[in-house]
Amino acid sequence: MKILVAVKRVIDYNVQVRVKEDGSGVVTENVKMSSNPPDDNAVEEAVKIKEAGKATEIVAITVGEEKSQETVRKALAVGADRGILIKTEGTVEPLAVAKVLQKIVDKEKPDLVFMGKQAIDDDCNQTGQMLSALLNWPQATFASKIEIKDKVLEVTREIDEGLETIEVNVPAIVTCDLRLNEPRYASLPNIMKAKKKPLEILTASDLGIDTTPRVQQIKVEEPPKRKAGIKVASVAELVSKLKNEAKVI
Amino acid sequence: MSVLLIAEHNNKEVRPFTLNAITAASQIDPDVHVLLIGNNCENVAKSLSEMSAVKKVLHAEAAHYENYLAENFAPLVVKVSENYTHIVSSANTFGKNLMPRIAAHLDTSQVSDIIKVISPDTFLRPIYAGNAFATVKSSDTKKCVTIRPTSFDPCETSGGSAPIEKIEPTEEFTSSKFIKREEVKSDRPELGTARVVVSGGRGMQNGENFKLITDIADKLNAAIGASRAAVDAGYISNEHQVGQTGKVVVPDLYIAVGISGAIQHLAGMKESKIIVAINKDGEAPIFSVADYGLEADLFEALPQFLEELNKLNSIQK
Repeated sequence: MKILVAVKRVIDYNVQVRVKEDGSGVVTENVKMSSNPPDDNAVEEAVKIKEAGKATEIVAITVGEEKSQETVRKALAVGADRGILIKTEGTVEPLAVAKVLQKIVDKEKPDLVFMGKQAIDDDCNQTGQMLSALLNWPQATFASKIEIKDKVLEVTREIDEGLETIEVNVPAIVTCDLRLNEPRYASLPNIMKAKKKPLEILTASDLGIDTTPRVQQIKVEEPPKRKAGIKVASVAELVSKLKNEAKVI
Repeated sequence: MSVLLIAEHNNKEVRPFTLNAITAASQIDPDVHVLLIGNNCENVAKSLSEMSAVKKVLHAEAAHYENYLAENFAPLVVKVSENYTHIVSSANTFGKNLMPRIAAHLDTSQVSDIIKVISPDTFLRPIYAGNAFATVKSSDTKKCVTIRPTSFDPCETSGGSAPIEKIEPTEEFTSSKFIKREEVKSDRPELGTARVVVSGGRGMQNGENFKLITDIADKLNAAIGASRAAVDAGYISNEHQVGQTGKVVVPDLYIAVGISGAIQHLAGMKESKIIVAINKDGEAPIFSVADYGLEADLFEALPQFLEELNKLNSIQK
């Protein structure tokens, strides 16, 4: 079985994001970038499946600017076998990413495609489902547990009501929740080795995909600030404030 | 121009966020038609038709619609979508799972999780865990939009008498199969719609200690929330998680206990009307969003809190 894992380079989850003064976006200069956290879970799951002898090859792919290579290299350091970077400029919407991935799936013919359930920058939560639609494959979204039974995956999904279990036939798309596994850290020797693993670079136009955004970002602004609160000295004071001042209990 | 709203339900009743989605849909255009896809769900069709904002109910029935698999729903929505300018659903796990599959079939770039309708093609949506708000304008002829339920009021559930039109089901997608759903039954209000939420974090130290939270929640008729750290540690199950990758809540009162206040958690609760933080670390970021902060050991503060509540003559429900 061959697994394609899609990863994205995003502003690190610990960074307090700042809005640019001209309202054109958020500040990305001199800001720490990392792999999108649930994408790390997707890579980890693929590597675990390969270690269990159920997968033969893992291909890590990203769509983004030149520097996104770092994110593919990280996946290679953790255990992916080779990488692909589809070079693009500017914002690429999930639909365009899904179209790019569709082209790569046609070429690579993976049995499974894994990715994080959502990217923590645009918070769209779309790409996996869109790719499933374009390929007419089953989709197992928000996965917190995956069991491989020959050509069928049993996937536990995190939903609002609790947990749901579905079975999907291979080939299938799985989008991963943060609780799917505990992503490992790459060891230094593996980071060095990853530098020698093959990484193919293509552009979206090589694949014939137009990535022009369909949704125009008119302006980005800071959310309204909460006014500063107060510290209370005791539980009694807290309850009194809630009852008599805020009038919420 | 008409809007097609995809109803979320459990074949017996309408799920609450559908009401918020109907409100958002009617702000895009008053001509809101609701698509109900299910199995033996006549009662749901009837209650939808009684909502004053609903102008028509389209109702499709089939056994393979019983468990809302996106693979079964999407082709029907696509078929029905011809007469509509907008397809709308709520941005909870139901809509998040389904809408992108529809959008891709329609070759539309979806607008996710909007918090405001500015005009029929322009919306406000949070990005970066709510640390920025983006105003976005869609140029697609058919727009697929998911709405953040807590940003729109629920619609009226009466006053209407919309016609119910039966429509033919589409074929079953046989490569995906529903196995089971483990729903946690609870008498408490739903987390997403509760007036009061009491949440625990890593500071709770273990699952048993959540009893301290439960006692207070009982008293306040509150839903119980949790930080991702508490869910990851196994103190409490996943449906309680509040945050960027969990649920977004906007209660009148949010009480954060033993929660440090990571960016990802704040994303899920910082729009709450009143926020209370109880934490022994006075420097915890949660205090920066709290209206009332109490720097205290939660194991002392929570029993006292319960005691103080017991002293009150009345508590709002």
